[in-house]
Amino acid sequence: MIPAGFDYHAPDSVAEALRLLDELDDAKLLAGGHSLLPMMKLRFAQPAHLVDLGRIPGLSGIREEGDVVVIGAMTVENELIRSEIIRRRVPLLAEAAALIADPQVRNRGTIGGDIAHGDPGNDHPALAIALDAGFVLEGPGGRRPVKAEDFFLGTFMTELADNEILVEIRVPGLAPHTGQAYEKLKRKTGDWATAGAAVVITIEQGKVGAVRIGLTNLAPSALRAEAAEQALLGQPLSETTIEDAATRAAAICDPAEDLRGDRDYKLAMARQMVKRAIRKAAARCP
Amino acid sequence: MSTRTVTMSVNGEQRRAEVEDRTLLIHFLREQLNLTGPHIGCETSHCGACTVDLNGVSVKSCTVLAVQCEGAEVLTVEGLAEGGVLHAVQEGFHQQHGLQCGFCTPGMLVRSYRLLQDNPDPTEEEIRAGISGNLCRCTGYQNIVKAIQYAAKRLKEAQSVSA
Ligand SMILES: Cc1cc2nc3c(=O)[nH]c(=O)nc-3n(C[C@H](O)[C@H](O)[C@H](O)COP(=O)(O)OP(=O)(O)OC[C@H]3O[C@@H](n4cnc5c(N)ncnc54)[C@H](O)[C@@H]3O)c2cc1C
Ligand code: FES
Ligand code: FES
Repeated sequence: MIPAGFDYHAPDSVAEALRLLDELDDAKLLAGGHSLLPMMKLRFAQPAHLVDLGRIPGLSGIREEGDVVVIGAMTVENELIRSEIIRRRVPLLAEAAALIADPQVRNRGTIGGDIAHGDPGNDHPALAIALDAGFVLEGPGGRRPVKAEDFFLGTFMTELADNEILVEIRVPGLAPHTGQAYEKLKRKTGDWATAGAAVVITIEQGKVGAVRIGLTNLAPSALRAEAAEQALLGQPLSETTIEDAATRAAAICDPAEDLRGDRDYKLAMARQMVKRAIRKAAARCP
Repeated sequence: MSTRTVTMSVNGEQRRAEVEDRTLLIHFLREQLNLTGPHIGCETSHCGACTVDLNGVSVKSCTVLAVQCEGAEVLTVEGLAEGGVLHAVQEGFHQQHGLQCGFCTPGMLVRSYRLLQDNPDPTEEEIRAGISGNLCRCTGYQNIVKAIQYAAKRLKEAQSVSA
């Protein structure tokens, strides 16, 4: 199985990549290729040109900028897992990246590709929403920021325009009194989530001071469960508030039936993942 | 449809060849370089039979374009043995019966090699997680794990002898 023919381009700067995107007809960006190449083999995608981001220096890497951790779009999953900065400042990403695909895929798949692809089954979208991350998109007119929760519009649909490149993911570092957790139900290594929930929660003086909940593979795109967050905010965490949050989270889900299960099963699993992730994140609050 | 010349080091030798832009690394290795060690199992990035080492990390060569490997260093199962002597991972698979039909074996060997380079003293759990991108339909993995443990021991012995 090989992709249909295309012309390959390997620019060495973002400016050159943007120029190619602008000039070429029907061009697609190539990052790790672990979503795009499989789709091209199956002819779900048949671009005339591939513009490889892999030769552009400076697009990968992790650094701290004050309270924010800045992750280059071409950073691969295994770098997130190994990064001392990520483990210390955004432990959720190291924990969750280890649940994505398998060791070989994690050497190629990038955080930027996982986000830009817009696949509701991918894990980074819900993680970014829970972390209140921001994305930096660069186009012919310069850079613009987009909040994670405003980026995902539907299956394979995002805020990204055809002539833009996702260059950076900016994540607020772990705040005081805060815990993070990701619960992902999957059938085996290398499987996408049957249901997944990412939770970032702050508990101060016995009460939930802040909370964000992101959901994976439970709707046409990753979701922020705002009503569920409201059920927890300002209150002491109890089994009643956790149950209430799970019910509210499941109420906004619209999962597609597939080999992982039917709608009812997935809604039941959504509730479970939300409850487990809240409890785990809360237990991690220092 | 365009073609171009790619140059990369494969098993320590500089190789140059003309490829179509769409040529996958696995086809380049098997059909143009006649290195048929890396196998094609699923073609969908799942089975790991096509695993090779690319610039010091394990990858599935069915999901990498040959043109993405310009200037790279590639290692296939053919490059593991040195001077006719099996590498410790190969010896381990032999001694511990780490294969039955052998289809998954080239991928398993190259992956095990890299796993032990990264982590010379892995726990059983780390071995199982480390080979979780390689599927075996025959062995039930038990003897593959033993083979990797055997190889880890051998490599450590070799190191203490040379030290
Ligand atoms: C066996 C297997 C299991 C997997 N399991 C999981 C899983 O459990 N969870 C999960 O989240 N993912 C999973 N994946 C997907 C994997 O993580 C992909 O690597 C990821 O979805 C895409 O990242 P990429 O770097 O490979 O992007 P590519 O495949 O190169 O690109 C994907 C899309 O994003 C666009 N794009 C890429 N980078 C940018 C950018 N910087 N700016 C703008 N557009 C861009 C491309 O044009 C393309 O349309 C799995 C993949 C495989 C093969
Ligand atoms: S053939 Fe490459 S992963 Fe199966
Ligand atoms: S030995 Fe037959 S697939 Fe592994």
